[in-house]
Amino acid sequence: MDYSKYLNRSIQSVSPSGIRRFFDIANEMDNVISLSIGEPDFQTPWHIRDEGIHSLIKGKTWYSPNRGFSDLLKEITRYYERRFNLTYSPSEQTLVTVGGSEAIDLALRTLIEDGDEVIIPQPSFVCYEPLTVMAGGVPVIINTKNEDNFRLKADDLRAAVTPKTKLLVLPFPNNPTGAIMERRDLEEISKVIIENDLMVLSDEIYSELTYGGRNHVSIASVDGMYERTVVINGFSKSYAMTGWRLGYALGPSPIIDQMTKLHQYGIMSSPTTAQYAAIEALRHGDRDVKRMRDEYDMRRRLVVDSFNDMGLSCFEPLGAFYVFPCIKSTGLNSEDFCTRLIMEKHVAVVPGTAFGKCGDGFVRVSYSYSLKHLKIALERIREFVKELEDEKNG
Amino acid sequence: MDKLLQLLSTNSKFSTAEISAMLGEPEDYIKAQIKEYESQGIIKGYQAVVNWEEVEDSYVEALIELKVTPKKETGFDDMAKMCMAFDEVESVFLMAGGYDFALIVKGESMQDIAMFVAKKLSTVDGVLSTGTHFIMRRYKDRGMNLFDPDDQADERSLIL
Repeated sequence: MDYSKYLNRSIQSVSPSGIRRFFDIANEMDNVISLSIGEPDFQTPWHIRDEGIHSLIKGKTWYSPNRGFSDLLKEITRYYERRFNLTYSPSEQTLVTVGGSEAIDLALRTLIEDGDEVIIPQPSFVCYEPLTVMAGGVPVIINTKNEDNFRLKADDLRAAVTPKTKLLVLPFPNNPTGAIMERRDLEEISKVIIENDLMVLSDEIYSELTYGGRNHVSIASVDGMYERTVVINGFSKSYAMTGWRLGYALGPSPIIDQMTKLHQYGIMSSPTTAQYAAIEALRHGDRDVKRMRDEYDMRRRLVVDSFNDMGLSCFEPLGAFYVFPCIKSTGLNSEDFCTRLIMEKHVAVVPGTAFGKCGDGFVRVSYSYSLKHLKIALERIREFVKELEDEKNG
Repeated sequence: MDKLLQLLSTNSKFSTAEISAMLGEPEDYIKAQIKEYESQGIIKGYQAVVNWEEVEDSYVEALIELKVTPKKETGFDDMAKMCMAFDEVESVFLMAGGYDFALIVKGESMQDIAMFVAKKLSTVDGVLSTGTHFIMRRYKDRGMNLFDPDDQADERSLIL
């Protein structure tokens, strides 16, 4: 039976994620050491898990209100106030979702109409482009560059805008490059956004993971941008709560209202147990966030230093938990580098091309692993690079 | 807390080059700092955390509660020194609460430790009473899980 005629065409047109392939290879092999995973290696801090358990013991097993429990909505808005100096109404401007991913999907589907152009800086997380296509939008890609530290530049943004542009996706701190946008960068692009009357989807899921004393700045806190920005965040990366599936959106109430309708009909409400745990995280989790950030920071320095030392130049990432070394000096492209690395040294990293065509010549290395694990993997990569060099000098 | 000490206390086998990269300080500075901690006696030594249960030629440990009469001039210090002098005694802690000292004592067998307590420790001048608790099994020691290291296996899956 030919199913293609029954299947939605835009969904069929979307290709599956490119990260998977390497993981499938890795799964088949023995003695593989992976640096490919994009989630914290830490377990959710115990006091947070305990609150989840406690809620179950008390029998809190029902649906929550559509937007989320009011205590959680309040804690989210308090958190944005204290961390990023942004004020939102818990009851009107906040929506709790199933991970940041659901919030991204809701925002795109709420804002985009057929043929609207959505500007997506790449390399970036793999979901923006397919979700845009599935919402009927047309992705317009901006390639951020190594020499700009993979930040989005106002000139590049201006060049990408057309009369059909409606939305800019702003994925910083960035997966996979580790780039951040500082206030002056955001002010520069904000001019272009306001001039051209665009909206912004600001994916701030890595907002707690910035280094070198640079706190995350939300574009919503730039003059004139609050009313144009839907902020997406969640608990996965900052509190090591990936499996709980909990995120949220903050923004102008007319947008959040429409997103809430989609959420209501499609999902109903976010997981109840996870919400109780998340309240605890926001109330008493600051210390855990700092502990994990400090640990990531040490690993980050070690990994960046090692790559530069082995001759793979690596700009200093100031956010998230990835480094994005340039592998062009080896003479291989990203796919070949990763394939040979896994075959010859049993180390899995992700080709930069999984995050956009412009990621060619780079690989994404996650340092969400113990120092012990990182040291072994880096040693193997060092051997590999050395062997490639010997091969070249033949 | 001092980040260098924190790092070394979790793993003293990092090279100074690695520590220098991780902390963002020059290697020479790290070397000098370690030397200084060592000479000041802040770093007392470097030991392996051994899971003795996996070793055939093993030993027994006990925690011993000690009640004593403090000495007039020197308080608990002299009593502590006397306990420390025994080779069998690994650690001596002054406690707040139901008893005065907690001792960790090592021996080849339970019998060995029982004899040590009965013949040597309880006869020390000033010791009022002892309570011996044998350590049956170490689940977690110095921050390390000795029970089910598999529990720490990476169960994450790549989903995107």
